[in-house]
Amino acid sequence: MKGLAPIATVAVLLALVPFITASNAVLNFLVMAFLIALAGQGWNILGGYGGQYSFGHAAFFGTGTYVTAVLQVRYGMNAWLCFALGIAGGALVGAVIGGLSFRSGLRGSYFALVTLAFAEVLRIVASVAPITGAGVGTLIKLDLRPEAFQFQSRAPFYWVLLALLVVSLILTRIIEDSRFGAYLVALRENEDAAKALGVDTTLVKLGAMTISAAITAAAGGFYAQYFLFVDAGIAYGPWISVEALLAPIIGGVGTVFGPLLGALVIRTLGELTKIVAGDAPGLDLVIYGSVLVAVVAFAPRGIAGLIERVRGRLTPPAAPSLERSHG
Amino acid sequence: MAEPLLQVENVSKHFGGLRAVDGASLAAEQGRITVVIGPNGAGKTTLFAMITGFLRPTSGSIRYDSVDITGEPPHRLARRGIARTFQIVQPFPALTVRENIAVGSHLRHAKRADALAAASATGEAVGLGGQLDKPASALTVAGRKRLELARALAIGPRLLLLDEVLAGLNPSEVRDMVPVIRGIAARGVTILMIEHVMQAVMSLAETVYVLSEGRIIAQGRPQAIASDRLVVEAYLGRGAAAQMTEEAVHA
Repeated sequence: MKGLAPIATVAVLLALVPFITASNAVLNFLVMAFLIALAGQGWNILGGYGGQYSFGHAAFFGTGTYVTAVLQVRYGMNAWLCFALGIAGGALVGAVIGGLSFRSGLRGSYFALVTLAFAEVLRIVASVAPITGAGVGTLIKLDLRPEAFQFQSRAPFYWVLLALLVVSLILTRIIEDSRFGAYLVALRENEDAAKALGVDTTLVKLGAMTISAAITAAAGGFYAQYFLFVDAGIAYGPWISVEALLAPIIGGVGTVFGPLLGALVIRTLGELTKIVAGDAPGLDLVIYGSVLVAVVAFAPRGIAGLIERVRGRLTPPAAPSLERSHG
Repeated sequence: MAEPLLQVENVSKHFGGLRAVDGASLAAEQGRITVVIGPNGAGKTTLFAMITGFLRPTSGSIRYDSVDITGEPPHRLARRGIARTFQIVQPFPALTVRENIAVGSHLRHAKRADALAAASATGEAVGLGGQLDKPASALTVAGRKRLELARALAIGPRLLLLDEVLAGLNPSEVRDMVPVIRGIAARGVTILMIEHVMQAVMSLAETVYVLSEGRIIAQGRPQAIASDRLVVEAYLGRGAAAQMTEEAVHA
């Protein structure tokens, strides 16, 4: 299959990082970046390829986190199984929210607001329901065995997350090259035209939302195992909804590597602004926000789009006849 | 005689108090070109939207291939073999011409490579051969009209509804397009088209329906329609119709 070589290259290079440095700071940084890249890859499938902008991917991230944590703590189930169930749970939540919104024909900003509302409802429920540990949160017992999805050092965690990320990249590439992907992009570009060509747009959107939710839930489940703690603000909080959509938007929506690129940039930016701003409270966020505005203003198609544009300028255009239409 | 491929019976669409289509009936015979004409606002596009499932009729029924399809959603009708173009062209702007057409080809081809190959063939058949790798947004108006046609053809339709595919084209572009449409009909595809370009209507149509204020006011062969008093009235007003009749008498 075409397009797998770049993914393989990136996977091998990133897999070597723990051999080059044992620095926890570096691995921590990359783990957070990959986590956001994974959550963002989920968002990208629905938002980037399907054009359905969700503001509430926390609903899936949080479900992945809570299912993974709560099943272990309350029912003593195996961590890996809990993780898998977390992904399934996230997918189910995605299918339900998608089913409700797409069947009612919600599009654009209405869809965005509804997803935001669902995530907020879940956050509030999780902050009072006894099973989630309510306001106290849920603590996963320390059990440093690979069977319990816990490791002595950062490196194995890093590799597990990298593997998940690579799977999501491959999945995205497969979707790009499939009928499902073609239909998804078509409905993003023009829903009525897609319908007229035989695309069951509701079903395709629902499928995309389910896959999207499952991927973001995987990021959530990993989060639970890595930090061994979850509360409502972490799991269902707006932070992850925002990060999950910023990463692909900064990196390039509707591209395989967009979310990963974007996540690395966002995280680097976050660290740099913290250093530059020093102790001034909130200044790092001001800088962070300004850079985001600049990126969106000057690179509307993200970094991937920017790279393409620069490349296009360096090499002579193959087909120069891009005349504007008068329609 | 066999039942027509498409039979629209007494269909109405009301938007509040407005009767956009008011009890219209028409038939499209298998393998023929049927044209609907009528002044602006007559309800032609609304009628098409009902036939293709984008609007549900307020009353009346639509039969296709001897099955009642009234109110079926567009994607199901497409799978039954009903394709349409849009009056206001609706390309997938970020995709190339080939990828645009391939969305249609995917209905019959599950594999991406097969769909793209079929799309190239369809594109070439409507004269887009040299532009398959261009983004759809870079096409001229004439190119976009061809793209609409190619995409509709890509689903392998039995019934093709064309909503003003010739509008906005210059006379030489119209002359290029007419044989393309005739060629599609010659391959056995039944065509129902809305058209304003009378030169093309006269040369293509086998049956013409005239829609005015939501009603079919005349139907018949194109030559008969052109001299029909009601039709002239609908287009040019009562005065013009009276004058024409007078002139005919004096001549």
